[in-house]
This record gives sequence, structure tokens and C-alpha cells, in this order.
Amino acid sequence: MPINYYIFFCLTLFSIGIVGVLTRRNAIIIFMCIELMLNAVNLLLVAFSKMHYAAAVAAAPDTTVGGDGQIFVFFIMVVAAAEVSVGLAIIVMMYRNIHSVDINFLNRLKN
Amino acid sequence: MIPVLLILIPLITGLITFAFSTADSAKKNALLSAVATLVVAGWSVCCTPASALRFDIAWLPVMGSRFTLEMDGMSKMLCLLTGISFPMIFLAIFRQETKSAPAFFGWMLLSQAGLMGVFLAADALVFYFFWELALIPVYFLCSIWGGERRIAVTFKFFIYTFLGSLLMLTGIIYLSYHSPGASFAIESLTKAALSETQRNGLFWLFFIAFAIKMPIFPLHTWQPDAYEESPTAVTMVMSGIMVKMGLYAVVRWLLPVYPQSSALYADVIIALSVTGMLYASFIAMQQNNLKRLIAYSSIAHIGLMCAALFTAQPSAYQGVMIQMFSHGINVIGLWIIADAIEKQLGTRLLSEMGGLAQKAPTLAILLVIMGLANVALPLTNSFIGEFMMFNGLFRYNMVWAGVAGISIILAAVYTLRMIQKVLYGPLNPTTETATDIPATAKWALFVLVVLVIVGGVYPQPLIDLTNDTVQALITKH
Amino acid sequence: MSHLVFLVPLFPLLGFLINGLGRNQLSKASIGAIGTGAVLLSFLVSVRLFMQVLDGGGGVDTLFYLFQTTDLSVPFAFQVDALSALFLLIITGIGTLIHLYSTAYMHEESAPHFARYFAYLNLFIFSMLLLVLGSGFVIMFIGWEGVGLCSYLLIGYWFKNNEYNYAARKAFVMNRIGDLGFLLAIFWIISKLGTTEYAQVFAGVNKLSASDITAITLLLFVGAMGKSAQIPLYTWLPDAMAGPTPVSALIHAATMVTAGIYMIARTNLLYTMAPFTQCVVAITGLATALFAATIALRQNDIKKVLAYSTVSQLGYMFLGLGVGAYTGAVFHVMTHAFFKALLFLGAGSVIHAMHHEQDIRKMGGLSKRLPHTHFTFLLGCLAIAGIPPLSGFFSKDEILAAAFQASPIYYILGLAGALMTAFYMFRLYTLTFLGEARFHEDPHHPVHESPWQMTVPLWILGILSVVGGWIGFPDWILPNAHRLESLLAPIFAGSTALATEHAHLTHSQEWMMTGGATIAIILAIVLAIRSSLRAKVDTEAATGLAGILENKWYVDEIYDNAIVKPLQSFADLLKNVIEKSGIDGLVNGVGKLVHYGSRQIRLVQSGQVGNYLLIMVLSMVVFFIIWFNDTSLMKLLHNIF
Repeated sequence: MPINYYIFFCLTLFSIGIVGVLTRRNAIIIFMCIELMLNAVNLLLVAFSKMHYAAAVAAAPDTTVGGDGQIFVFFIMVVAAAEVSVGLAIIVMMYRNIHSVDINFLNRLKN
Repeated sequence: MIPVLLILIPLITGLITFAFSTADSAKKNALLSAVATLVVAGWSVCCTPASALRFDIAWLPVMGSRFTLEMDGMSKMLCLLTGISFPMIFLAIFRQETKSAPAFFGWMLLSQAGLMGVFLAADALVFYFFWELALIPVYFLCSIWGGERRIAVTFKFFIYTFLGSLLMLTGIIYLSYHSPGASFAIESLTKAALSETQRNGLFWLFFIAFAIKMPIFPLHTWQPDAYEESPTAVTMVMSGIMVKMGLYAVVRWLLPVYPQSSALYADVIIALSVTGMLYASFIAMQQNNLKRLIAYSSIAHIGLMCAALFTAQPSAYQGVMIQMFSHGINVIGLWIIADAIEKQLGTRLLSEMGGLAQKAPTLAILLVIMGLANVALPLTNSFIGEFMMFNGLFRYNMVWAGVAGISIILAAVYTLRMIQKVLYGPLNPTTETATDIPATAKWALFVLVVLVIVGGVYPQPLIDLTNDTVQALITKH
Repeated sequence: MSHLVFLVPLFPLLGFLINGLGRNQLSKASIGAIGTGAVLLSFLVSVRLFMQVLDGGGGVDTLFYLFQTTDLSVPFAFQVDALSALFLLIITGIGTLIHLYSTAYMHEESAPHFARYFAYLNLFIFSMLLLVLGSGFVIMFIGWEGVGLCSYLLIGYWFKNNEYNYAARKAFVMNRIGDLGFLLAIFWIISKLGTTEYAQVFAGVNKLSASDITAITLLLFVGAMGKSAQIPLYTWLPDAMAGPTPVSALIHAATMVTAGIYMIARTNLLYTMAPFTQCVVAITGLATALFAATIALRQNDIKKVLAYSTVSQLGYMFLGLGVGAYTGAVFHVMTHAFFKALLFLGAGSVIHAMHHEQDIRKMGGLSKRLPHTHFTFLLGCLAIAGIPPLSGFFSKDEILAAAFQASPIYYILGLAGALMTAFYMFRLYTLTFLGEARFHEDPHHPVHESPWQMTVPLWILGILSVVGGWIGFPDWILPNAHRLESLLAPIFAGSTALATEHAHLTHSQEWMMTGGATIAIILAIVLAIRSSLRAKVDTEAATGLAGILENKWYVDEIYDNAIVKPLQSFADLLKNVIEKSGIDGLVNGVGKLVHYGSRQIRLVQSGQVGNYLLIMVLSMVVFFIIWFNDTSLMKLLHNIF
């Protein structure tokens, strides 16, 4: 499959994520949109990594080039998992305090 | 080893002092530490091989900075001044009530460590490090123990000087980037390959930082406020020693590094300095606040020193060396007296004083002597320094010397006015109940008076001490 | 020469230290003895030095170096020669008498203040000795400022009175104006010759251009104007009468104010080489002599008359210096020291007797009550008026003769001043000692003659005022009898060699001129006595010209309004407007701007998380666009580092 498909697919996913983050007020949905963006990037990384490897193998059969992109993905997934736990904890705390998960209530610092 | 001792003694004792619980033990510890530092400083002046005056270990190899301390004549002289000043300051305030004294004396000692470091550093990054280290304790001292307007004033003082420091830091980093081996050592900074535009730009980055510290007109407005609002002991540190940081830095980090730019802008800087001298003298003339009067008088004196530094005349350099020491001694003496007066009368307004000579004859004598040293009367220590500086200024440009000379007259006007308003005339309700100066302050002042007279009659030791710095400056130019 | 010279200033210094430090312990008797004894010892050493100089001794004695640098060395050295030895005798001799006099005059003071007085007085003698003994300009300057300081301290001796303090401050500041000129002259000399020692300066004088010499001498003369109270810096001297009367006698008549004459006499070579400056000196001196004499005509304070008389006599000395009569000027310094010290001490005796009354309109008829004072005062008046053969006659005649040779106009104006001098002195004498008594005597404190400590100095000075001039007989009276001239000849040798020879007056011309002048002076005296005896003395303010004179030509008011007040308002402007609103305003303005700016920018932080996210995304987009399209930003960053 041409790489363009992956790129446009990921771009679409990412844009959906951005639009979701920008337009929604529910913290959980924003959270999910962020996940969406992260995964769009992950997908792209894997795709590029695979393609890069394929190109390198053609030149030298025993190469290991292109593995690092996939390793990044693992890191991102770990970070995302950690982030989810912290983020959800924050959202839970927020709900306990103000009985809402609407981010527009999060303006206590304004004044 | 000596340079390290000079920094470590106040640093360690300062940290220990914080832990003391009673004011008395803190005071004693601080005084003891200050005396120990003085002994080491005196030792460094007297008889030590050159190897003992240098200290060099790796510090931040990644950045090309080594922890290098080095003492030449000027460093020795200023360390001696710092060494003498602190025991005098502690002695002068020994009997005074100080709230949370351990912290106060701890911060004081830390600032001494910072000052020592500034005068010893031979590596630009180390220099910057100590430059800031000296500032931070003063910030706390002023903002905790200061007068009514302390918060606003300290904020202004801190931001103002910090702005200068940041400019200097930018300059230092930029300079080291262009120096051979990307090092911060003074030797390699002087060899930095710079275009003329870069050089001149950097010159101003450094000079503004130093000018704020000195301070030079028109960057001086933080000073009268800070001097007025700080606790007097801190004011003594600031005006006696900290302003010397600016002058010292010009000699150590500006003139040798940018000799061409210094010569190029000499006229501009001398013009600013001389304007500042007259400007500050005029303001001092009409000043009704004792502390502000001394502050403005100090600005006038510093202006002369700064002007003299840019004349590139050997006699002017020599004069600055002597005057840095003398001015420190004199101004600390004046502050001790001003503090004693303020503590007595509860006011700093000259209009509310008068007739103190009847009630406090010792204070009167000491104030008159210190006042005369302030007007650079012959046979007091500042005469020799001012004579040499004016001589250098005259050789550089006689018109500037003539204009700056007006400040000699104005100095007499404002100092005598101060003496008259404080000491002479009839008594009034405020001064009716005054008593003489406290004993410890008296002893501190006696020592200072002896230094004033000895420095005025036989300044040769100071000249010999700082001769190597002067010679180095002359060959650089 | 023997190395005794350091002892001369040492004794007064010790006296100062002992009296100053022991002021709370010592008794008044011992304070007086220490103070007087110190100066007396100096006097004895000075006599010995003077003898050595007469025998051809003298020279420079270096004690140590004040400082030595690569380009300038200033030795702390004393120079003993005819000029300095003569001044030593005057200073310590008259100083001793005045110290003795002071022990009685100041007896009302409490012991600590009594000690303070003598300490100041000794310090003054010390500084004055440094001034005349110094072998170079720097040491002279040290003494120069030192005497200014002592003058300040002693004028303000009664420091409870603020008017006295203002007078003291005025004296110091006016002296400082002169000192600045002196300092600049020293710097000029250093920059051209690299030394401040007289011997080297005079030896290298050929290296100086004519304009250098003129500038240096003019600047030095500014210093002399301040110290010796010449126009325009004279106004401090009459005010200096606020100090105790012996101080006025010692400092403001006999010694300190003649420092300017000493300086010019010392540097006579430079002045002879600068004809323009000489002209300035002569005209300033003459103008001061006349101007001060006119004011003295209508003063009613006994000390003020003498003060203006001093200013006027100093003017004569400068006239002498300006026309090249250096010996005459120094001669007049000496005789003036005798009779003016005498007059001041006499005035002090009167004031003492009258319980601090100084207005001569409230005196009169004191001749019988104060016989010693009266007689010696009369001697002083005759001497200052220039009646032969008293001392003032010889010195004044020598100056006027030299002035005549320079220009007859100088002579005529100088003679007019001399007539005024005779007039105001005898007006003073008549109003004080002759006629009816115009005071109410307190029966408990009757007017009485002063004790011996005061009358003995009066008599010694009285005798000196009579015979003091006899060491300088002019040629036309007794050939080759001018001992002073032969004594001082080596000092003025350089100038004598350079000076253009004037056509000498014949002896008969001299006799006629002097005779005419003397007759005129006697007439002035008679006129003064008659008019003063006859005049109705009232204490109302005079009007018209007399009023202007009584108010000293309003010079103080003019200075006040033209110089002092504008400077003060200028300083106020700087302090209250420029500093506060200008420079500090700018600094605080920057602070306020930052505050204001951040307050506005703060609004961007609306608290709406959505906004933040939007801004984040938008700025990332913008950044990417720039990144991909424009490399100049990166280039700029690269250029800097």
C-alpha cells in the first residue's frame, strides 16, 4: 500500500482529535480525543518505520534500520498509559470537587 | 589556599549561625568569624608566596569553566577592606536589638562570602556566581529587616541590579563562546576574536551591569531608596563594599577585555560620571534626610572613581585603588554615626536635629572627622586618592577636571551643612534628651578614624599593595 | 643645617593632641600652659632656625614620602629659607602672644571647651607651619586646607549660635572655591613638569609656555583670593569676626589671611614671568584696598572695622606683589601682623572690659578706664595710618613707591586708600576711647582694665608696631639699611634678574612725595577725630551713601540673590523634579509599564481551557508554516551564535 494512504488516514484521525479537543467541553471526551491524536501519530510512526526498513533491506539485506520508530511507539504507549491514569485521576478529583467534568468550570486560576 | 579560606570561613560560619538559638551567641559567632576572616585577609596582604594566592580546580568542565580564584594587589586590598568592614559593622551594631538575630548575622556572613568570591574569582562564570551570591543575602536582609517601605524598595533594588546581572551573563556567555577554547578564564576572554561591532556591544552589556552596581548616573535611583530603607548594617555593606564590586569589575573584567572600546567610549562615560557627580552633589545640598544625603554624597564620590578609571592615566588608576579603600572606610564610618543618631533621636530629618554637639561630644568629634574625610581634606585618607584621580582626569582633559572640581566645593557645602544641622545650633525637644554614642560603636569608629588618619598621612603601603594591578592595566592599554 | 625643623610643627601638633584628647581631664591652667608652651617651644626653635638662615644655613629636609608612584612622587619635606624662616617667626611669635592672651580672654569657658579652643588653636599653628614650611605645592596645599579647617572650627567655636555657624560655613566654602583654583594649578604644573617641588618647578620653568605660566599663576591667584579675602571672595572675612577675638587677631589678621601673599611671594618667579597675571593681581589688590576701605568708613562694630581694614591692607600687599615689590609685600605682611594683631587684641580687651559689647556707638571715653589698652591701641592706629617712624609707614611707603614706578594711577589710588585708612582708624579710635562715655555701667561689673596675660602681649606688640619697620629703611633715608631686602634677596633673585628696571625716583622726589603723603594723612586723622567728636552719635540706620556703605554695598545680598539662591533652587529642581519625576520616574515608569503590560496580557489567560488549546494548536500550525517555508529565521539564529 502506498504510504500516502497512511499519511492521509493519520492526518484525518489527528484532525478529528484536534477538532474534538477544541470543540468539546467534556473532559473525558477531550481525553479520548487526545488518545486519538496519539494513536494517529503511533500509526504513522509504525508505517514510516516499516517503509524505511523495506527500503534499507533492499540495499543491504542484514540491516536493522527503522526499528527505532516502532520502539518510539512503545514508549508513547507507555507514556499514554501513564498519562491516562494520571489524567483520569485528575478528572475523578475534579468531579468530586465540582460535580462536573465540564472544563469551562476549570477557571479558578483566572482571578 | 588563602582565597578558599576567605570564602569558606564566612560561608560555613554563616550557615552555622543560622542554627544558633540566642541572639548573643549568634553575634559572638559572627564577630569571631569576621575577625578570623580579617586575620586571613591580613595574612594574604603581608607575606605569602604567589602559589598560596591561587586556587584552581575543575568545576564545570562541560561548559569550560574552572573554579579559579586568584589574588592580585587589588583583590588583596578589597579583601582586606571586606575583612576590616565586617568586624566594624558587627561591633557597631553589637549592642543593638536585632530581631531573629541568628538569621540576620547568618545572612550577613553569607553576603561576606559572596563579596569575597567576587573579589577573588578569575573565571567569568565563577565571578557571575559570586556576583549573584552576594546579592541574594542582601535581598533577604533588606526585605526582612528593612524600614517601612522595604518591600517596594527591595523589589526595585533587586530587579534593577538583577537586570544588570543578566545583561552581564549574556555578555559572559557570548564572550566565552567566541574565546579560544570556549573557556571562561580571564586569560582566554581577553583573547576572544570579536568584530568591532560585537566588541562595542559587549562592552555596553558589561558596563551597564557594573554601572548599575556602582551606581553611575542615570542608573542610580535604586540606591538612595535602598540605602534609606535597608537596616544600617546592610547599608554599610552595600555602600562600603558592594559598590566597589562595580568598580572592581570594571578594572578586572572590562578594561583588560575591551581596551579599544574602553578608549572609544571613555568620553561618554566620563561625561556621564562627571554629570552624575555634580547632579548628586546638588541633590545632596538640598537633602533634608540624613541617610539620603550620605547616599547622594556616595554617588558623587563613586562618579569620580568611575571617571578616573576611564582616563587611562596611571595616577588615576592608583588613585582609584586608594580611594576604593578609603571610601569604604569613610562611608562605613558615616553610616555608623548616622545609625547612632537615628537610633537616638528616632528621626533622620536634619530639620529636626541640632545641638547634638552639646549632648554628645564624642559623636560630634567623630562625625566632624568623618565629614572632613568625606570632603577629602588633606591628611585624611580620601585626599590622596582624590588628588591622584583629579590629577589623572586633568591630564586626560583639563575641562572635565575643572567641571568635576566643582564637586569639591559642593562636597564642602553639603557636608558642612549636614554637620551644622546635626551638631550645632540650639537644642530642640528631639535632641534635648540625647546621649553620647554607644561604646561598641565608639570603638569601631576609633579604629576607622585611625585608618582615616594613617591612610591620609602615609598611604604608601596601599600604593605598593595595588601597584601590580595598576602596572598590568597600564601595559594593557 | 640641623634637623630641628620637624620640631617646629611637632610641638603644636602634640599640644593639639594632648589638649584634644585630655579635654575632660586637664585643668584650665594646665590646658593654657600646654597650648601656649607648645607654641613657645616652636618659637624658640624657629628663632634658632632663623639664626641659621642668617648664617647662610637652611635647605630642604625630607621626612618621608607622602606617596610615590611611577609618575609622581610627593615628599613630605620642609624647606627652611629666609622667607619661610621669617614667616615662622611671625606665626610662632605672634601665636605665642595670642595664646597667652587667650588664657585670660577665654577664662569664662568651661574646661572641656577651653581645651577645645586651645586644641583648635594649636592645630591651626600646626597647619600654618606646614603651609609655610612645605617644600612643594602639595604640602603647602595640605597646610592651606588645614588652616581653612581651623578657621572654620574657630569661627564656629560658639556653635550654639547658628549665625556663627553660617559664618563658619561661608568661610570654608569660599576658601574651597579658591582651593579649587589652587588644586587645578597644581595639576597643571604636574602635567607639564611632573613634579610639585618648588626647586624643581622653578628650575624647569623654561619648559613652560607663556600661556601655561599665565594660566598657572591665575589659578594660583584664585586660591590666594579665597584665602586672603580679595574681591570677589572677600565677604567671608568680615563674617569670620564671629569667632573669639584672639582668633580674629591670629587667623583673620596676622597669619592665615597672609597665606596668599606667602604663596605668591614663594612663586614670585612664575608671577614675574606672567605680566598679565601681575596686572590682574595689582588691580584686584588695589580695588580690594579701596573698596574695603570705603566700607570700613561706616562700620560701627569694632571688629568689623578692623576686619574691613584687614581686607584693605591685604589689598595693599597684593598691589605690592602685582607691581613686583615682593619684599615690600612681605614687609607689609610682617608689620601688618604686628599692628593688626595689636589692634584686634586691643579690641578684644575693650570687648572684654565692656562685657561683650562691640558697637562703638555705645562706647566712648574709655581712655582713662583702660590706660594700657588705650595707649597700645593708639600706637596701632598710628602704625596702620602710616605715620613715620612707626612700622606701617615703612612697609606701606615701599609698596606705594613701587606702585608709583609701575603707574602713577596706582599710586594716587593707593594714597587715597591710605587716607581712608587713617580716617576710619581714627574714627574708630575716637569713638571708642575719646569723648563722653555712652554706656551704662553696671556697678557690679565695672569696666576694668584686663589682666596681665592680656596687657603684656599688647605692650610687646605695641613696641613691635613701633620698631618693626626699622629693619627696612628705604635707601633715601638711610642707604643700605634695608636688612629685610638683603635677607630676602636670594628668594626673589630670579624675579630681580627678570624684572625690567624702572627709572628710579630721585631722593628729593621721594622726600617730597612721602612728606606730602604724611601731611595728608595727618590732616585725615585730625579730620576724623574732630568729626567723630562732634558728630551726634545715634544708633539709627544711616541713609544715602552712608547707608549703602553701612550695608557694605549690599554685596552679601547680591551674592545671595545672584548665586546662592539660584543654585539652591536649581538643586531643589534637580531633587524634586528631575530626580523624582524624571529619572526615577522613568525607572518606575518601566516597572509600571511591565505591570500594565502583564495585566493586559493576563487577559489572554482567560481560564477557558478551550482557548488555551486553540492557541496552542494555532501557534503550532504557524510555527510549522514558518519552519517549512522560511529559512531566514534559522539563518538569523545561526548568525548570532
